[in-house]
Amino acid sequence: MTPPATAMPALETRGLTVRFGGHVAVDNVSCRFTPGTLTAIVGPNGAGKTTYFNLVSGQLRATSGQVLVEGEDITSLSPSARAKRGLGRAFQLTNLFPDLTTLENVRLAVQSRAEAGWSLLKVWNGRRDLIEKAEEVLERVRLSDKRDIAPKALSHGDQRKLEVALLIAMEPRVFMFDEPTAGMSVDEVPTVLELIRDIKQRGNATVLLVEHKMDVVRSLADRIIVLHNGALVADGDPAQVIASPVVQEAYLGVEAANG
Amino acid sequence: MTRSPVFPLAVDGGRTGGSILAGLLSSDLPRSKVLTAILLAILLGLAATPFLFSGSQPLSTAAKICVFIVLVASYDLLLGYTGIVSFAHTMFFGIGGYGIAIALERLGATWFSVAIGLVAALLLSALLAIAIGLLSLRVRAIFFSMITLAVASAMAVLASQLSTITGGEDGLSFQLPVELRPAFRLLPEPVLGVSINGRLIAYYLLFFVALLTFLLLLRIVNSPFGRVLQAIRENEFRAEALGYRVVAYRTMASVVSALAATVAGALMALWLRYNGPDTTLSFSIMIDILLMVVIGGMGTMYGSVIGAMLFVLAQSYLQVLMSAGSTALAGVPVLPSLIHPDRWLLWLGALFVISVYAFPGGIVGRLRQATQ
Repeated sequence: MTPPATAMPALETRGLTVRFGGHVAVDNVSCRFTPGTLTAIVGPNGAGKTTYFNLVSGQLRATSGQVLVEGEDITSLSPSARAKRGLGRAFQLTNLFPDLTTLENVRLAVQSRAEAGWSLLKVWNGRRDLIEKAEEVLERVRLSDKRDIAPKALSHGDQRKLEVALLIAMEPRVFMFDEPTAGMSVDEVPTVLELIRDIKQRGNATVLLVEHKMDVVRSLADRIIVLHNGALVADGDPAQVIASPVVQEAYLGVEAANG
Repeated sequence: MTRSPVFPLAVDGGRTGGSILAGLLSSDLPRSKVLTAILLAILLGLAATPFLFSGSQPLSTAAKICVFIVLVASYDLLLGYTGIVSFAHTMFFGIGGYGIAIALERLGATWFSVAIGLVAALLLSALLAIAIGLLSLRVRAIFFSMITLAVASAMAVLASQLSTITGGEDGLSFQLPVELRPAFRLLPEPVLGVSINGRLIAYYLLFFVALLTFLLLLRIVNSPFGRVLQAIRENEFRAEALGYRVVAYRTMASVVSALAATVAGALMALWLRYNGPDTTLSFSIMIDILLMVVIGGMGTMYGSVIGAMLFVLAQSYLQVLMSAGSTALAGVPVLPSLIHPDRWLLWLGALFVISVYAFPGGIVGRLRQATQ
């Protein structure tokens, strides 16, 4: 699965760093993500995984370093401009439009992708194609029967699925999942994993996945990078990385390394 | 424009022939039988006011209702749909009024002056709305509100200081184009006992411009753009992450809202043949607008119709009603002084507090809830 090194990375960070006062949350992370690859980002709590995502998708401004999408420097762009350039992000804490319907949540993502937001004098439901597209996405995440329910009334698992649906509807080139299965019941997890696998196989998508569950990482990832105290400490093939001493120490704890 | 078949989410029932209505109302039907009936009654009542009531006060009240429906609806677009709390709305209302007043006073009582005054006022409002939007919609909501308050106060001071142009505290009285003057007769004979004079033409000018502007605002809140505004209200952070430039959308919402308020101000001035700080610029009007939006129901558009209707009627007739009640209860202790006309603001306040507690979604919210 490893693409040739000469291929243009879909996403690249160069020396990406953010400091909060004296604390370095993300420390000089340089990494390339190639199309068609699913990269899992692992590391203990507080390692800077979500902060790294925030720097990439623009919710946080980097202290230094650069973010490049297909070679273009996007470090100074707003989150919306980054989204327009193909960076799609699903959030760790569910982050939806709580009082609009489930369908409308997805339709808004479809509408953004279709660049149809600046139409003031047409009625929204005149764009039948956008509604149908949103319905297809709901079908994919198996939420069709909940289309008229507001997300605030959905179960946690369904909210997580809707979060994924919004990301799918954006049709990004780079998919960023931040613990998509967190807090889900055991029987709901396979649906989401299947969706992520499906995303990877459908297009030549670049997928970044922050995940804690090692079995999930093993089954999905083509590559693993490990963050520890904000720094990138390991990068490579899943089996190798998981076996490496640095990961045993950083991620699985000192005892594992000793034992 | 392609119009899809009636969409189940937005409308109840799929009556044939309803598609023209659905188009006019932008697929956003009242969704409550009682609400539909009330809105129809208001529409017909306002349309027929000159023929239903004699005298000038009912007509003036109806005209004021028309103006305030537009003003409150435009504020609802900002507050109810986008979640922006602005205190500068009367500033745009005032700009519309002054645009008409200054142009008609300086350039003479012609339709050309009306057009010049309106266009100049719309331009000024748009520029100010863009400036306020771009400068301050990035900051936190509370600071934005403070900035609008400061700008609005500055404009009010400016209007009263530049007395050579604005007439200062006295305001400006002016002549209307011939066709709108009371002495003008369109038809030699009265129709249904009502003479078709300039005053009547002025009323219908207000009525139709207000109706069209309201329908336009209803369209805008139900457009793809309006849907983005609601998304921003719900979760600004996520709207941005989906690729919507929140600042740009908010600024556009401010501009649309400001333009509609300007039109309302122009209508008010045309009706009163006068514009001054007290009729369009005063802060108490700002508070009235807030009350009307909240009582009617935020984020519903139709709420502005009901809110404006109730509030203006109460302003005009509550005192009369109370004075009648007070006289009738003359023998009873305490009660007559409690409902003395001077206490009308107290009762209005009480009504407001009760309505906010009882119907947090406003009257429209309550009626729609009852339907479900």
